[in-house]
Amino acid sequence: MIENADQIFVLLKHWIVAFLPAGFEGVAGVLISVIAIIAVFPTLFAFAVWMERKGLARMQNRIGPNRAGPLGLLQPIADGIKSLTKEDIVPLRADAVVHFLAPVVLVVVVFMGIAVLPMGRNMTLVHMDSGLLFFFAMGASTELSVFMAGWSSRNKYSLLGAIRGVAQMISYEVPLLMSSVAVVMITGSLSLDKIVAAQNQYTWGLPHWYIFTPWGLAAFLMYATAATAETNRSPFDLPEGESELVAGYFTEYSGFKFALFFLGEYVGMLSISGLGTTLFLGGWSAPFAVFGWVPSWFWFFAKVLMSIAVFIWIRGTLPRLRQDQLMNFAWKFVLPFTLLDLMVAALWRFMNDGWARWVVCSAILLLAYALMGGVGMSRKHFGLRKYRYAE
Amino acid sequence: MSFVFFLIAALTLVGGLAAILLKNTVHCALALTVAFAGLAVMFLELDAQFAGFAQILVYIGAVAILVVFAILLTRNAETPKDGIYSRNWFAGLVIAAGVFAVLGWAVVHSTRVLPHETATPTVMVLDIGNALIGRYVLPLEIVALLLTAALIGAVIVAMHEKEAAK
Repeated sequence: MIENADQIFVLLKHWIVAFLPAGFEGVAGVLISVIAIIAVFPTLFAFAVWMERKGLARMQNRIGPNRAGPLGLLQPIADGIKSLTKEDIVPLRADAVVHFLAPVVLVVVVFMGIAVLPMGRNMTLVHMDSGLLFFFAMGASTELSVFMAGWSSRNKYSLLGAIRGVAQMISYEVPLLMSSVAVVMITGSLSLDKIVAAQNQYTWGLPHWYIFTPWGLAAFLMYATAATAETNRSPFDLPEGESELVAGYFTEYSGFKFALFFLGEYVGMLSISGLGTTLFLGGWSAPFAVFGWVPSWFWFFAKVLMSIAVFIWIRGTLPRLRQDQLMNFAWKFVLPFTLLDLMVAALWRFMNDGWARWVVCSAILLLAYALMGGVGMSRKHFGLRKYRYAE
Repeated sequence: MSFVFFLIAALTLVGGLAAILLKNTVHCALALTVAFAGLAVMFLELDAQFAGFAQILVYIGAVAILVVFAILLTRNAETPKDGIYSRNWFAGLVIAAGVFAVLGWAVVHSTRVLPHETATPTVMVLDIGNALIGRYVLPLEIVALLLTAALIGAVIVAMHEKEAAK
């Protein structure tokens, strides 16, 4: 029974495939998995949007959506129907083909990244020897979509938003990759299945997740920062800073194309949370050995939704950064720290098992953090703001 | 030579041709990206996962974006009606033909140089990593040094301009 609950989706797939004539099984299996992903992630997207609107509302002392369905749960469906019925407006001077392709490219690329995530025991769509590389290759392609959207709109706000977005995504992609490399170094594989398998072990009922090691915690914090910036979330949401740029690179999008951008952004958030879960939070493994009977897919999606909740919490808490602060933070703090973390991970790998490596690795990271933070803060000049360009 | 091969080849060639023939420079850059993507899919079709993903990561994720940025930041956004054509296109044609001839010659003669390679080798990412750190560590380090030098050079160029502006 417990086995069946864990493998319910795998068994369901086999059951459906068994109805089909021989020869179609391979194709049908892939098709069913793809359909499942295309059905599940937009549903999660709808739920995440509802969670965000409700959560932000509570943080800002409002009620949030409460008209459509119980607790406003049907609000995303109403939003979807609304965006479908809206007129699709393309600016007269816009580059129609590129303008049309931009949201399509975004959604396609974002969904492809999900294919390599292990969503449960035996629940990876594509078992790839270099799954992590595939994920980042797909992630890198989203920048192109942002540029296409901003450029083709022929709108200065769109273009400024796109330039900001691409610059930010390139800057934070480096720490994102670097913090994941630490995990690859320890596991010795780029395969996400193997990374999860390496973390799915328990001592005294506690899991071997990478976040519970000094280098892993540091890498996770850097990964979370870079992931927030990669997905253009607050406090790094300058590309769509509505107080400056209307809506950034998708200012000129309306109707369903806008909805596609919205979808792409949230599915991107879900998939990058999924990767973070896989790399640092043990993927589909249970947080305690005693909870091993709970289905593995439950843990994966629970962890992803927890990450989304943290994203929302951060959005409701922190003010937006300035462009120069954003860049300085990426290149002068996050990147050096991830590089140091790589060294610490190597040290961890080659030191003997025991308490000594915990002390040494933690000490190096804490010292570096204190030093870098101290130097960074001492250079700050607190006081009245000086305007360099707008006098 | 399967149907898939011809499909990918057609995509790559159309992308490449469009990159040359389109009038708008940004369109050219985007068409070039299509050609890059076609090449990446070609690598994947040949079971070279690492090369394929590296192609996407480096060429689409970095080079294409860089090209597009360079176009945006260095010239006026408006392109002339009849496009931009280089006057010494003939030299370019000769160089392209030369490179193509050398590559074609290398591919055709590879069977003579490596006669024992009958079955397609299965190269895992792990093997590539071991080779890079083991046998080819010197070239790797030289490339790393070159890139670091280029990076420092770029920073110095950028710094210089900022001081001059003040």
